[in-house]
Amino acid sequence: MKHFLLILLIFVLPVQDEKLEVYDYDGLEPLINQNDDKVHVVNFWATWCGPCIKELPYFEAINEKYDDDNVEVLLVSLDFPKKYDTALKPYIEKHKLKSRVVALNDTDQNRWIPAINENWSGALPATIIYRGNKRQFYEKSFTQEELETELKQFLKN
Amino acid sequence: MKTLKLFSALVLVLTLSAFTINTEDKGYNVGDVATDFSLENIDGKMVSLSDYKDAKGFIVTFTCNTCPYAVAYEDRIEALNKKYASKGFPVIAIMPNNIDVKPGDNMKSMQQRAKEKGFTFPYLMDKDQEIYPQYGATKTPHIYLLEKTDKGNVVKYIGAIDDNYQDASAVKEKYVENAVDALLKGEAIKVNETRAIGCSIKV
Repeated sequence: MKHFLLILLIFVLPVQDEKLEVYDYDGLEPLINQNDDKVHVVNFWATWCGPCIKELPYFEAINEKYDDDNVEVLLVSLDFPKKYDTALKPYIEKHKLKSRVVALNDTDQNRWIPAINENWSGALPATIIYRGNKRQFYEKSFTQEELETELKQFLKN
Repeated sequence: MKTLKLFSALVLVLTLSAFTINTEDKGYNVGDVATDFSLENIDGKMVSLSDYKDAKGFIVTFTCNTCPYAVAYEDRIEALNKKYASKGFPVIAIMPNNIDVKPGDNMKSMQQRAKEKGFTFPYLMDKDQEIYPQYGATKTPHIYLLEKTDKGNVVKYIGAIDDNYQDASAVKEKYVENAVDALLKGEAIKVNETRAIGCSIKV
C-alpha cells in the first residue's frame, strides 16, 4: 500500500504542480479586451474537441512566428473543471504549449457567450482576433493559411 | 492614415453586414414554421413529427454521443421526455454529425448509448445532414421547442436546456421547462432564446 501511494504521488505530483489560471467571465473579460498596441488572438477550445486540437498547432505557430510583430495568443480552455488535472494540464505539458493557456469556468453560458460575441452560437472552436477597437470573431475552424491571412489584416504594414 | 481608417471602417461595415445576412440565412428564428422530416430511429423505423397525431408540440434536441456537453445533458434530456411526453411535448432527439468524422456517433453507438442510458425518446440520425442546417443548429446540444399550430410546427424557443452545463443540481433557470410550462398554460414564454456552449456539428 505504501509503495502504491508513493508511485501514485510520483505520477500525480508533477501534474498538480502545474499552475492553471482559472477564471469566471468577469475574470476573463479584461484578458480579451486589452487596450494595448498588440494583436491579440484568442482561441476558445477544449482538449476533447477534435477540430480544436487539429487547429491548435496553428495558433502555437503564429504565436511563435509573429512574436516580433507584437502578436499574443491566448488559449481559453472550456474543459470541465473535473478534467483540469486529468486532461487539460497533461495536454499542456505533453504538447509543451507556449501560448498562454487559461481555463474559463463559468456555467452562466447564456450571459458570457453573447458577451464574448453577439454572433457566437456557442459552438467550439471559436476565435477572436483584435487590436484596440478593431475586432473580428470567427465561429469556425482554421487552416494554418486561413489563420495567417486573417491575422495579417491586423498587422501593421 | 485617414483613408486607411475609412477603408477599415468600410471593411468592418461590409463584414458586419455579411455576418448579419449570414445569420438570417442560417436557420429558424422564433416564430418560424419548422420543417418536418423522415429520419431513421435507432430501432430502424423512420420517424416524422406528423406521426405524433396527439402531440401539442415537440422538444427537438440536436445531440450526440461524443460531445461532453451533450453527454452532460443526457439525463436531463431523458427527464424532459419523462415529464413532458405525456403532456403532449415529447423529446425528439436528432444526431446531426457526419459519422465518417465521428465514428462514435454511428447508428450502432447510438443504439448502445440509448440502451445504456435507457432513453425513452426517439434518437434519430440526420444521415444526409439536411435537417439540422434547415433548423440552423450549429452544435450539440441545441434545442428547438416547437408548438403544433394550424400553420405547422412553430418554433417557440431556441437554445440551451438550462443555465448550467456542468452541474444539473446547480441549475437556477430551466429554460426549456419554463417554455413548455408556459405553452401548456397558454402564457407567453419569457425567455425564448438562449445561448449554449456546445460541440460544433461535424460535417
